[in-house]
Amino acid sequence: MPGVHLDGMVAKIYKQIRELLSRTSPQKEAWRTVKLARHPKRPQTLDYIEKLFPRFNELKGDRRYGEDPAIVGGFAEFEHRTIMAIGHQKGKDTKDKIFRNFGMPNPEGYRKAVRLMRVAERYGLPIVTFIDTPGAYPGLEAEERGQGEAIAYCLGTMASLNVPTVAVLIGEGGSGGALALGLADRVLMLRNAFYSVISPEGCAAILWKDAKQATLAAEALKLTSEDLLRFRVIDEIIDEPRGGAHKHLDQVVRNLSGALSRHLQELEVLSTAELKKQRFAKYENMGREYINGLEES
Amino acid sequence: MEQRITVEITKRDKPELKKEEKQDRAPSGVSSNAISCTKCGTPIDLKDLEKNWFCCPQCDFHMPLSARKRIELLVDPGSFSEFGEKWTSTDPLNFFDLKSYQDRINDIRAETGVKEAMICGRATISDHPVVLCFMDFAFMGGSMGCVVGEKFVRAVDIAIEERRPLIVFTTSGGARMQEGILSLMQMAKTTCAVQRLETEKIPYISVLANPTTGGVLASFALQADVILAEPEALICFTGPRVIKQTIGKELPEGFGKAEFCLSHGQLDMIVSRKELRKVLTLYIDLLEGAVQCEYEEPEPAFRGLPKRGGKIIRGIREIKKVAFDAWRSLGRHGS
Repeated sequence: MPGVHLDGMVAKIYKQIRELLSRTSPQKEAWRTVKLARHPKRPQTLDYIEKLFPRFNELKGDRRYGEDPAIVGGFAEFEHRTIMAIGHQKGKDTKDKIFRNFGMPNPEGYRKAVRLMRVAERYGLPIVTFIDTPGAYPGLEAEERGQGEAIAYCLGTMASLNVPTVAVLIGEGGSGGALALGLADRVLMLRNAFYSVISPEGCAAILWKDAKQATLAAEALKLTSEDLLRFRVIDEIIDEPRGGAHKHLDQVVRNLSGALSRHLQELEVLSTAELKKQRFAKYENMGREYINGLEES
Repeated sequence: MEQRITVEITKRDKPELKKEEKQDRAPSGVSSNAISCTKCGTPIDLKDLEKNWFCCPQCDFHMPLSARKRIELLVDPGSFSEFGEKWTSTDPLNFFDLKSYQDRINDIRAETGVKEAMICGRATISDHPVVLCFMDFAFMGGSMGCVVGEKFVRAVDIAIEERRPLIVFTTSGGARMQEGILSLMQMAKTTCAVQRLETEKIPYISVLANPTTGGVLASFALQADVILAEPEALICFTGPRVIKQTIGKELPEGFGKAEFCLSHGQLDMIVSRKELRKVLTLYIDLLEGAVQCEYEEPEPAFRGLPKRGGKIIRGIREIKKVAFDAWRSLGRHGS
């Protein structure tokens, strides 16, 4: 075809692609993370526990009201030491998801977690938590049984523990319901997990008056692992294979295992007093650098 | 006078008040110096309202109250000295929705005169030195951001250093979205501070006002030794609208109100505003008395306790030991 300058056209198209990418990429990036973190095939707490900790045995019930399958936990073994593993479990197929209430705990879930943490503390066992929840369950009965108190109690327990704790954000970190298991000495985060004060949809509904603006909200909330590392809310990012953790679980487990081992070793040499001192300093310093006028008083 | 009250009462009543105010300025409009009760709609004269602790004289509805007004009503006159009044957020997320976070802050400050969602300071209540934190719903729904968290922690520091009880008034929609994950972390931050209070045996009382929800409720508000609430205050982790949406059912009458929480074992007491000073004084008195008992000291502080083998029991360890021995020896005599 004479007269058609293909070279010029190709260059033009490439330029357009580059422009489009540069214009939309940051927003898409945050939203892409949210979607990956919620991916139906994304590995869940029990998948990691199975791969990381041999001899895991689940313990059940809060000894007060009931058993909440949205949070699982029990003794396990990690590198020749006994540990306590606790985490949100969203469920795999429809039946399992309904059984586990999509990983949204009721108060008894948090109270079970507290019970397990106290048992671990009594035996001097380190605690590893896995965070993956849309949030605490917003239900009538949950409020009747004190959802707010259950979370406050779980937070208070994690703050006061005399044993080392490591939290791992593996998927969705939805607000207070996630943080309840996250007040740990070290917080690790998979690269494509997210952690936020409110879901992007909820934020968009309130501030944009339109839940469809969730993409914008996701960007504004700065909820990716890179953002959180920058704010020093997390201590380390665990790499995932291209396309997300579900593409190659073993690879993620290898990365996580190494980091977990390193952090536990660092924490296990500390005295109880030093451990708690560092924990309080870590959390009580959070946000301090983003306040003006602090040094004047 | 009217001008001041306009500033004090929170957003919800504002449009109404402004109208009244304008009429007030007209030379003839003296009689219109009133607002209507949020609950029963009865028109109340502002002076009567103030005399009645900002409660409706008809139905006793507790009208929203600013932090400044609460201070005025509660502490010994002139005893309040504030700290942290100049602390402001640097907008760490550079947050922007339909309006930038910085603009929102500036507008609310200009509109209400309130600088942050929490005001803290030292004061005395019935001559007892205390540290106080008052949340203010007029400032971004009393939401907890970095400044609120920091003020709470500083209040705890002072309470420990100066051995003063800590009293916190909460009214909050929860964490502050515009500070993202850092606002969520303020739940962890305040929790750690409360743990230090507990270790140091400093009395801590929280008073939950309408509404106390979300991250503030699920952290320091519910971690106090004694939890009081104002009548009919909404107290829940998730708001009724969201719960209704989730479960697709109507909620029972009075759901999430202080009375509901009291009957579900989540509070100690509902206290009317008029009685609050008296009740707080009582608890401070009782808890301070308790703190003075040093259980670990070997001092014979418990002269009234039973003696065993002619020996005075000293300290909690010894009490425990004696008790354990007694239990262990049960039934041995028969064998």
